[in-house]
Amino acid sequence: MTATLTKPPVDVPAEPEQPRRKRDVAGILNWVATHAIGLALGLMFATPVVFVFLTAVMSDDQAFTSNLWPREWHWGNFVEVFDKAPLFQYLINSLTYSLLATLGMLISSIPAAYALAKLKWRGRNVAFLLVIGAMMLPPQVVAVPLYDTWSSLGLTGTLVPLIAPYFLFDAFSIFLLRQFMLTIPQSYVDAARVDGCSEFQALVRIIIPMAKPGIAATALFCFLFTWNDYFGPLLYTGEVKDQWTLSLALATFKGMHIVQWNSSMAVTFLTMIPAVVLFVFAQKSFVKGITFTGVKG
Amino acid sequence: MTATLGAKPAPGRGRARSRHRLAVLGFMAPAIIGFVLFFGYPLVTTVVLSFTKYDLINPPEFNGLDNYTFMFKDPLLIKAITNTLWFVVVLTIARTVFALGVASVIARLKSGVGLIRTLCYLPSLAPPVAATLVFFMVMRPNGGPLDSVLGWFGVDAPLFFSDPAWAKPGITAIMLWISGDLMIIILAAILDVPQEQYEAAELDGAGPIRRWWHVTLPTISPVLLFGIVNSVILALQLFTQAVVAGSAGSGAADATGSTKYLGFPDNSTLTFPVYLYTQGFRYFDMGYAAAMATVLFIISFAVTIVLVQRMRKNSTAEEGGPGA
Repeated sequence: MTATLTKPPVDVPAEPEQPRRKRDVAGILNWVATHAIGLALGLMFATPVVFVFLTAVMSDDQAFTSNLWPREWHWGNFVEVFDKAPLFQYLINSLTYSLLATLGMLISSIPAAYALAKLKWRGRNVAFLLVIGAMMLPPQVVAVPLYDTWSSLGLTGTLVPLIAPYFLFDAFSIFLLRQFMLTIPQSYVDAARVDGCSEFQALVRIIIPMAKPGIAATALFCFLFTWNDYFGPLLYTGEVKDQWTLSLALATFKGMHIVQWNSSMAVTFLTMIPAVVLFVFAQKSFVKGITFTGVKG
Repeated sequence: MTATLGAKPAPGRGRARSRHRLAVLGFMAPAIIGFVLFFGYPLVTTVVLSFTKYDLINPPEFNGLDNYTFMFKDPLLIKAITNTLWFVVVLTIARTVFALGVASVIARLKSGVGLIRTLCYLPSLAPPVAATLVFFMVMRPNGGPLDSVLGWFGVDAPLFFSDPAWAKPGITAIMLWISGDLMIIILAAILDVPQEQYEAAELDGAGPIRRWWHVTLPTISPVLLFGIVNSVILALQLFTQAVVAGSAGSGAADATGSTKYLGFPDNSTLTFPVYLYTQGFRYFDMGYAAAMATVLFIISFAVTIVLVQRMRKNSTAEEGGPGA
């Protein structure tokens, strides 16, 4: 700095600017490179669905070809697929499974999660370990005896074996709800007790209102898990066509209409819409819920 | 908790305690019944059935260790175990590294974060059947979009779901496309790394790559362990993608998965759960399926213990705080 005193004043701004400009250039290059990679990643994830959509609106003939862009836009393909398969029936079955399971999960899991998160009792840690164990268990492990039992009750071929368990026990939802409830300070619960609230009142008046975001996230995951489920419907309703869910039917649709890429891609596209819609409306709940399964796990 | 009880008047104490017990029992009752019905009972029954010959129609017949000794002589089972091990190794490494890579890029973005994060995460919400068909269509040989794009560079796309050597890599590609949940978990962990640690490293003259290696990675290592365990479990359970890719690849899918098409091409997609399903619910060899289920249970149990131990470490670190 002292050197500038002897130099002509014109040079004064030039001195400190040189390194800054260099840093700026490096910074901009860095920014451009990072964002180019980020954008490329985003496109990479989106491209498959774009191809699916473009194929879905192609004509029957063009869908055979290697063309990437539709010559004409056959929007009717999305409607015609409803004539090719009883999609409405499958949609109703999927909604029945997902909505009833989510409802059952809320009724059974919220109290259990509360007991695991906010009440102290002997055996609580063991109970929580059992929840984790159940959560990690591949569904195929218990499939044989469960199928046997449901079949002796005459309930295979219906959605009952898929829905009923949610009214009693859903390990993942109990786990996730407990993680959320742990973040609610214990002092709120204690204060409610001092005020003479029963445990049930404390749950309904204090915990449930405070845990709403967590409950919303858990319900979303439960809905999507059942909507996406393939093994359960395959196991219990595989033989009974009018009980199929959309996921199960989609796997077949490809087989029955193997040559018609546009139809099968139209159905594929349609089955992906609910997840996107739910995400758009509840993005925060999703991200929060996902984070909770891992970080606080 | 004990403090609250103690604060109550002495005569009410015993009653309060039994009320508390009743409350716990009431809240836990559905879960306890559900656990016994849908996990406890079937787990025990599975182990018992694994020592029998059972076809679902005639009563089970005790046959000792026959199911287990048969495993060593069953070439298809060995194939299924090899396939599942392939996924446990390749999928676990690929998924964890991929999710870490994408999360690290997103963490460095300054604008457009929301959009790019959404684009990377959304595929993970797609039904696995749909995701598999998406890739089946995009990667199809002779005119599929990937084939066309690679064609511009004079490269032919591999026969992803019809060449036994490419079927498992094809399924791995699907699994990476839908690994957005792990990305979000790792991203949250990266964003949680205290800024001061980066500043300290920067003062020591560490560039961005060294900061990532020496600060980011060690700090998020518990989350990476979660990612690894989670991926191993995913690989052990791999069923839907394998069944759908196999039956779509064979060109004649059928929801109930006609046995001859499962594992197509050349049993390269015959994973352990797929084979278990085939034996139990296509051939109705329930005893053998139960024996396989027992093996799968023991392996998953071992993996779960790793996860639980990691969580224990975490919670003992956390429980020092107030409210614990």
